[in-house]
Amino acid sequence: MTPLQTIQQHFEARLIETHDFRGDETVVIAGGLLTEMALFLKKTPELDFNYLMDLTAVDYLFFAGGRIEKRARFEVVYHFFSLKHNHRLRLKVPVEEQNPEIDSLTGLWASANWFEREVWDMFGIRFKGHPDLKRILMYEEFQGHALRKDYPFNKRQPLIGL
Amino acid sequence: MSETRSMLLNVGPSHPAMHGVVRLVMELDGEKIKNVDVEIGYLHRAFEKMCETVMYAQCFPYTDRLNYVSPLINNVGFALSVEKLLGISIPERAQYIRVLMSEISRVTDHLTCIGATAMEMGAMSVFLYMIKAREFLYELIEEVTGARLTISYVRIGGLKADLPSGFTDKAFKKIAQVRKVLIECDSLLTRNRIFFDRMKGIGRISKEDAISYGITGPFLRSTGVGYDVRKAHPYLVYDKLDFEVPTGSTGDNLDRYFVRMAEMEQSLRLIEQCLVKMPDGAIASDLTGEIIPASQMVDMAKLGETENFIEDEVSLDPTLEGSTRKHHQAINTSDKGVILPAKENTYGNIEGLMNHFKLVMYGHGIQPPVGEVYRPVEGANGELGFYIVSDGRDEPWRVRVHSPCFAIMAALPQCLIGDKMADLIPTFGSVNMIAGELDR
Repeated sequence: MTPLQTIQQHFEARLIETHDFRGDETVVIAGGLLTEMALFLKKTPELDFNYLMDLTAVDYLFFAGGRIEKRARFEVVYHFFSLKHNHRLRLKVPVEEQNPEIDSLTGLWASANWFEREVWDMFGIRFKGHPDLKRILMYEEFQGHALRKDYPFNKRQPLIGL
Repeated sequence: MSETRSMLLNVGPSHPAMHGVVRLVMELDGEKIKNVDVEIGYLHRAFEKMCETVMYAQCFPYTDRLNYVSPLINNVGFALSVEKLLGISIPERAQYIRVLMSEISRVTDHLTCIGATAMEMGAMSVFLYMIKAREFLYELIEEVTGARLTISYVRIGGLKADLPSGFTDKAFKKIAQVRKVLIECDSLLTRNRIFFDRMKGIGRISKEDAISYGITGPFLRSTGVGYDVRKAHPYLVYDKLDFEVPTGSTGDNLDRYFVRMAEMEQSLRLIEQCLVKMPDGAIASDLTGEIIPASQMVDMAKLGETENFIEDEVSLDPTLEGSTRKHHQAINTSDKGVILPAKENTYGNIEGLMNHFKLVMYGHGIQPPVGEVYRPVEGANGELGFYIVSDGRDEPWRVRVHSPCFAIMAALPQCLIGDKMADLIPTFGSVNMIAGELDR
């Protein structure tokens, strides 16, 4: 049984959507289910996702020129990997533009710490329960969040003195 | 009684031992490190944002600048991700060349890492020897790609050019030279008391911590976990080649040194196997026509003098060498919507010219279907993954690069706390932090 089938069997109708485009098994869930899902992924022996390999977000503002409707403006994307079973899973959580906030996974995987800081830095999505949510790649005085689609790529900001 | 307080020591961002730019603020109790704050982002060049503003093929120069010690692996990683998105495969020869070039890059990366670490601990001659060995390999890279650092050699659906003639012999010679240097350096370092004492038991990380921090690559393998993307999710022709994944046991600096040294030998073995097993390319076919300079061919085509073009070959600028028609089929996919046509077709007939322009004009380039993919490859520091979201246009909607350094740097305080201040240098050296990849 693939990880996707195991999850479908356990969560059934609580999943928003699933697909396996090009063999990448993907599950979309609501933010409220994140902590329960993360625990399930880590603790279930037949899943055993001990790696949070990657965590990022995507801004779907005006996606494909407005031709494709998305559930929410942002999606936080998790890539899990299991060393034991050598399988992967992508988990996506839609996040609304108003009050973008989602649970932190720092308690379960240490790698979530810096990844979540980066998502906060680049997209302005807050992580509830993160021990030290501050910018990581940009400096504290930086205005806005650079990877949002409404942030112009050539925008200049004043230099900051030491 | 006087009050005792811990001391704050700032290292970097511009410090000779901080390879690149990163800042560490250490809290010291005497010489002991009590706490470390790692500050990154000094080399942030908005890789991900810039990729959203250009076409897929134009992302390659940006990927060169991620891990700039082994840029070919970044090229291969990005190309494989887009190819997965498109659902295409490439000819076997191109796959072998990609593996060959990736492994050469892996050796250059490990040589730089060990050489620089040894230099910082006083072994200047090792550094010079290793950079000499790296130079041998850079000469090979230069010969194939035309550049040393910002190579942009890989294309979506193939390669820029085929290997030059006589490459196999040269490569075997260089490999023998590199092996000699490795043996020299091994005898200088491995049984060296100073080197040994400064590496053994320093910068330790446990297996569980390494996994929790998402660490991959030589850093993870030094703790005894044999995870290698080349074995776990074989890509290109790695499943047809014979190689081992060296692992350590203690997860300290010395084990990381041993793992890297062993990996270089495995990479050299892979290079040799590729050179032997690679299917023949252009050399097998021969065209009987004459060799015409590019500008002359364009003029002849304008006047309609194209009768013999099917047999003729164009002579190109050195930077485009190896990309003529006879090489083209052997190293590129046949999908016309992805790969630029052979130069004879671009210069000699209108269909080829249109095909070329359709791929380079904005709004007409490579247009993958709507979807998202993640494809990892084994970079020199660990799992290098590209997550690409396509909205069906010729520009990526989102390109995310999972850089192996990022996870390791997050775990750096874990390795340093409890060690002496001077241990920072070997530990940081064994991380092999590449700022371009870390900050993107």
